[in-house]
Amino acid sequence: MKKFTSLSSIAMPLDRANIDTDAIIPKQFLKSIKRSGFGPNLFDEWRYLDHGEVGMDNSIRPINPDFVLNNPQYSSAQILLTRRNFGCGSSREHAPWALEDFGFRAIIAPSFADIFYNNCFKNGILPIVLSHEIVDDLFKYSGNIVINLEDQTVKTQNQIFNFDVDAERKRRLLNGLDDIGLTLQYENQIRSFETEHFNKFPWL
Amino acid sequence: MAETLYDKLMSAHIVREQDGATLIYIDRQLIHEVTSPQAFEGLTLSGRKLWRNKSNLAVPDHNVPTTERSSGVSSITDPVSRLQVETLDKNCKTFDINEIQMNDIRQGIVHVIGPEQGVTLPGMSIVCGDSHTTTHGALGALAFGIGTSEVEHVLATGCLWQNKAKNMKIEVNGDLGDNISAKDLALYVIGKIGTAGGTGFAIEFCGTAIQSMSIEGRMTLCNMSIEAGAKVGIVAVDDKTVDYVKGRPFAPIDKNWDLALEYWKTLHSDDDAHFDESIVIDASMIKPQVTWGTSPEMVVDINGSTPDPEKEKDQVKAESIRNALKYIHLEPNTSLSSVAIDKVFIGSCTNSRIEDLRIAASVAKGKKIADNIKLALVVPGSGLVKQQAEAEGLDEIFKDAGFEWREPGCSMCLAMNADKLEPGERCASTSNRNFEGRQGQGSFTHLVSPAIAAASAIAGHFSEVDS
Repeated sequence: MKKFTSLSSIAMPLDRANIDTDAIIPKQFLKSIKRSGFGPNLFDEWRYLDHGEVGMDNSIRPINPDFVLNNPQYSSAQILLTRRNFGCGSSREHAPWALEDFGFRAIIAPSFADIFYNNCFKNGILPIVLSHEIVDDLFKYSGNIVINLEDQTVKTQNQIFNFDVDAERKRRLLNGLDDIGLTLQYENQIRSFETEHFNKFPWL
Repeated sequence: MAETLYDKLMSAHIVREQDGATLIYIDRQLIHEVTSPQAFEGLTLSGRKLWRNKSNLAVPDHNVPTTERSSGVSSITDPVSRLQVETLDKNCKTFDINEIQMNDIRQGIVHVIGPEQGVTLPGMSIVCGDSHTTTHGALGALAFGIGTSEVEHVLATGCLWQNKAKNMKIEVNGDLGDNISAKDLALYVIGKIGTAGGTGFAIEFCGTAIQSMSIEGRMTLCNMSIEAGAKVGIVAVDDKTVDYVKGRPFAPIDKNWDLALEYWKTLHSDDDAHFDESIVIDASMIKPQVTWGTSPEMVVDINGSTPDPEKEKDQVKAESIRNALKYIHLEPNTSLSSVAIDKVFIGSCTNSRIEDLRIAASVAKGKKIADNIKLALVVPGSGLVKQQAEAEGLDEIFKDAGFEWREPGCSMCLAMNADKLEPGERCASTSNRNFEGRQGQGSFTHLVSPAIAAASAIAGHFSEVDS
């Protein structure tokens, strides 16, 4: 897994609440059996003016100039700033894959959907929950933002905000640890649990 | 200490706890073709073995065509879709996983066939790379959707790291009215608490209305928990659960059945268990529901109207209403019953079981779909549901009324196969999501119950069941 320690970037403001994973990556792109290459189709239906399909040359498709992702001002943004309940809907991990492939490493919002939030950590993306008020302020701020995971801080030019993150998720993200490898360290414990579990519930 | 049902289910599966994270054992993983290829690839690349093949059951459902498909996988015309289903077949063969293949009579939507086959049992921990895994909670199982990295994690370790959810109780008392179903209740709840209302919670549904609800109704309700943001939706085990499970192909038998039964009877919240939040709903107040916007929380009674963003004080909400109305081509204050529809979809893991089809057929019986309806689809949830419906003559009722009777699959719920809406088309759909573009780019989805879908197909616009 990709490490996340700190990040300094401007934030791309995506001013909508309840953005669902269907919007982040529409279903036709879920037909891929690969884990990469979803970035060009991130927010496909909002980003392009035509209908996107797998295999199209995205570089020649007509873009929607009103959509913030197409604003050259934000082309280097690695932080996505958005509204509440980001990532609701489908559990598709293609959503964080597309965000990461496009170049986002952190997302700031007042709240996230559970499955999406969890999927972010598996892909080196840090989802940060800040209050509605702070998010409102950040929407008015256009400067650089510095995120530090170790300190759990988000810094603007004049302010510092703290955020919460589970200790275990933080440790894994800071060190880029492989979840499966970690779990398999407890292989013996899992085996003995399993034996007892099946003794107790023999019909399983 | 008094425990909730969710707490009990979690406790029974804890392998290890550290720093607030809990490693839980997974009894069952359900696998479909869309969210699994990268997990199998990861397993192969890292040279890891499958932890326990018996825990898994696979089925292709998202990409499968619902039209004539007797030649099997080769009848999938879209090469990208076909490759995905072929990849599932190949992976299941390589890893020796039990797969119900496309042309098996038992094939169907993963959340329909799990309970149908008895692969879903009370008390189990069940995961699937699909958010509607909440469905299986209807049988008193701990069931939730996961991402592909976690699919791989479960394949490799038999376990999953979880953070404990908070407990929410939704108590529904009284009787649902005529032609009011679990779907209306689910949409009503989502309208009340919002699509993030259940975030961080496991919701337990209880109360007299839930006790008298069929298992299939409970599945519809638990299925939609995720649309309220809750990763888990559960109902306590009762006699209905036990009757439902008994005799299913994968259900325990003989001595194991007796042992299981003894355990399953403990699967309810203790009387004085603590819930972090509780909501009480009077079932008799619930009317048929129709969504008007682009989120399941944007829902009203069928005799209601679209909202007016100018009257909304919360600016983020007002903007959401404006965006949704603009997308869905409806003006503020429009009466839903005046809105004409182009297509009707009866199906999905929410509403494609035999009871759903019976209700829809009872409404359509002896009638014809309206002239303005370009297509009315009925897609059974599984081959066995289809077979049962045909044995009851439901297929003939639908066909006589002008509906198309199809092969099982996810179909137009998410339109990954050929069943989709064209831009600008409006659909009354028994599925679970009305997000922008969900059923086809630029199309408009309105979520309803099977009864309302059928009644609306007959009327040509959103309509209550004609009494």
